[in-house]
Amino acid sequence: MVRPRLRRSVEILYLLVPLSVVLVFIIGAVFWWALRSGQFEDLEGPRHRILMDDDQAPGAD
Amino acid sequence: MSAVADHSFPPAAVDPVEAACFHCGLPLARTSYRVEIGGVARDTCCRGCQAVAQTIVDNGLESYYRHRAAPAGRPAPEPDLPDRLKLYDLPEVQHSFVRAAAPHEREAALLLDGIVCAACVWLIEQRIAALEGVRAVDINYATRRARVRWDERRTRLSAILHAVAALGYGAQPYDVARSDSARRAERRTLLWRLFVAGFGMMQVMMYAVPAYIADGDMTADVEQLMRLASLLLTAPVMLWSALPFYAGAWRDLKAARVGMDVPITLGILAASLVSIHATFTAGGETYFDSVAMFVFLLLGARYLELTARTRAAESQERLARLVPAVAERLDRHPAPTGCEQVPVALLRPGDHVVLRPGAIVPADGTVVEGESAADESQLTGEARPVAKRPGDALVGGAANLHGPLTMRVERVGEETVLSGIVRLVDRAQTEKPAIALLADAAARWFVAALLVLAAATGMAWYAIDPARAPWIVVALLVVTCPCALSLATPTALAAATDALQRCGVLVTRGHALETLANATHFVFDKTGTLTRGGMALIGVMPLSAEGRERCLELAAGLESCSEHPIGRAIVAAAAESAARTASGLRAVTGRGVEGRIEGRRLRIGTPAFVAGLNGAPLPQELLFASDEVTAVALGDESGFIALFTLGDALRGEARAAVQELQGLGKTTCVLSGDRRASVEHVARELGIRIARGAAAPHEKLEFVRALQRRGGVVAMIGDGVNDAPVLAQAQVSIALGSGTRLAQVSADMVLMSGRLDALLAAVRIAREARRVIRQNLAWATAYNAIAVPLAVLGHVTPLVAAIGMSVSSLTVVANALRLARLAPAARPDRHAAAGGIAWSGRG
Repeated sequence: MVRPRLRRSVEILYLLVPLSVVLVFIIGAVFWWALRSGQFEDLEGPRHRILMDDDQAPGAD
Repeated sequence: MSAVADHSFPPAAVDPVEAACFHCGLPLARTSYRVEIGGVARDTCCRGCQAVAQTIVDNGLESYYRHRAAPAGRPAPEPDLPDRLKLYDLPEVQHSFVRAAAPHEREAALLLDGIVCAACVWLIEQRIAALEGVRAVDINYATRRARVRWDERRTRLSAILHAVAALGYGAQPYDVARSDSARRAERRTLLWRLFVAGFGMMQVMMYAVPAYIADGDMTADVEQLMRLASLLLTAPVMLWSALPFYAGAWRDLKAARVGMDVPITLGILAASLVSIHATFTAGGETYFDSVAMFVFLLLGARYLELTARTRAAESQERLARLVPAVAERLDRHPAPTGCEQVPVALLRPGDHVVLRPGAIVPADGTVVEGESAADESQLTGEARPVAKRPGDALVGGAANLHGPLTMRVERVGEETVLSGIVRLVDRAQTEKPAIALLADAAARWFVAALLVLAAATGMAWYAIDPARAPWIVVALLVVTCPCALSLATPTALAAATDALQRCGVLVTRGHALETLANATHFVFDKTGTLTRGGMALIGVMPLSAEGRERCLELAAGLESCSEHPIGRAIVAAAAESAARTASGLRAVTGRGVEGRIEGRRLRIGTPAFVAGLNGAPLPQELLFASDEVTAVALGDESGFIALFTLGDALRGEARAAVQELQGLGKTTCVLSGDRRASVEHVARELGIRIARGAAAPHEKLEFVRALQRRGGVVAMIGDGVNDAPVLAQAQVSIALGSGTRLAQVSADMVLMSGRLDALLAAVRIAREARRVIRQNLAWATAYNAIAVPLAVLGHVTPLVAAIGMSVSSLTVVANALRLARLAPAARPDRHAAAGGIAWSGRG
């Protein structure tokens, strides 16, 4: 038997359990998309690329 | 060149007084080439660097120099580059790496060469994007690969490649089909299945753990909610992740046999169906967590197994990839008017091909002109470069290192050594060794027995306690999976074969590893096996005041142009000390060579020939020279200077190899058709007790048979060509392959480096593989012996069963993978280089 005090805290499970299922599927889908669209292909390049200006005047240093 | 390595590139702000090339960072020579960069005149070291720097400035890309983290590579001068690049405009050449992206739009995959920092990527991207007709360019810094898309009406691929080359980088077509093979796709899918199973498993555990802890304290509807959530998350695992097992079981059933996938499938399906039934009738236990974990761990084991297999297959594919696609053919030899680029497939025996430094030899042939060294490490596992001079054989797939060479093509396509190797490896992989067949058969019987046992147990428990019966059957099916039994041997063999290949040992027969591990007698041929099998300098005996080194230098100077084996042996021996330049060389056939070095008139050759110059009596020391060796004298007008003894010298590593084999408790023998005295001499030198000389072929056979009659497992080591019958008689035959004769070799194993060290490595790996297989089989048997009775008696829950079985499979596979580490670490630099230069140097 469920003790009365526990029963109230258990009610939140009706929300949390379905929510966790939905979250799992969303996370899975996002990861799948990320892999498919090449987000993990080049982990080095973009962080350098952001530093390079294409329009800087020559000899500005 | 250590000065270059220590040299750090001066930042742009530093005054350019520093004597280094602004572009490539190499020290400046006296004449320098100036370029104005960002308003400041900078010095570059060569015309190539100057041209590249000027190109960068002209295109407004100076900020490259501000952002780069390392100096650029020095561009190699290639005068005929535009012509070579034109070749890439041909549709036949393009079809492997260019695809039509849209009407009039084409997309190519390129592999870039010379990228040292992110600024290089920026530079190339900017330059290509600015070209007329280029639609898109995308460079991956991590993999050095570029994707370029262009409008074929407005530009050509060669123009793009040329723009990259003008910046001092190399761009080679990157053959997608060859590299991104089906295996990679298989691996990717498997990883996905693994990920889904792992993710599902973790989440289902989250629902399962509270249920275990609450222990009936939860209300029925919360429990039901948890079950439904578990079912939802297990569904992808059951329906998608576990597909390979269903497919495997289906294949087995169609072929009317039972493999290891059958009980796995039965276990998964039974557990799932009973759990689903319990969920919807809201009664009884559910075991979704067990299902998910079972699938996850089993897929993990499969993944590891696939890794082992892929690695073995990859090293083989690497071989096949060695041959370049394009070669430079001389149009007429010996009076060439020019050379043209032709696809390697069009080369014919008799063609002459130019090999630039860094180029890969496209087919088997002979050096006609030039001197260089070749790197044959991909073929033989031998890391040291091999000197190549006119007359020497070249093997397709080797890399030319130093100087340009002209070669005459002798064998092409299927007849080359490389194709031969690939064929041999293929054959070995299609043959299952006896132990693997035995394990397979055992696993089949085991599965059949298991299914019967499961049925019987189910019926018995149904009579005792119908509620528990399904779970006990599921636990039994899951816990006793024969994977460990089935995976143990093939995984170990694949890992060992891979390790061997990296040591330069080619396994051409499936049984070779197993038999080598069991071999008790190692029988060596003498000539070419324990000895080098050719003329080599054995000793130098100075007869005047001149030292040993000096004598060698003089001799090498005189023999520098000699084609005679003796002359070449002397030159080879003197390779470390610089040979003196000789003038007025005159060879007297069969006697020797005369010439002048530093004004002295010298002769080298037979003692009588040298005595003819100085009239001195023949030196007494000649009497001590044994029959085994050839004596060569060196002298000037005043007398003899030195005596050289030449002969078939022992291999340097032979003694260590024999000693280590004896240390392992193996019996070593020498068996040779040579004169008894010389065979016994070699045996004494090496500490081999059993020596048999002057043996005719049938006597050799009889010798091996006699050993076998006494229960010996004989490993015969020979050169693989002359002694084929004896090799066939021995249980395992090992040939020392060297260079061009590899293709004719008929042996179970080939030491491609032609060195006996590799034999030791092979023996070591074979023994280790045997040990691992035994460990694996012992572990699998012991595990099942304990698990089956427990499961039958109902002491194992499905969760425990899933963990136990999966851990046992993983243990077996992980244990086998240890073998791959026995080989020396692969040389990644050479590997990368091979991938790059496989496309005819810089494209």
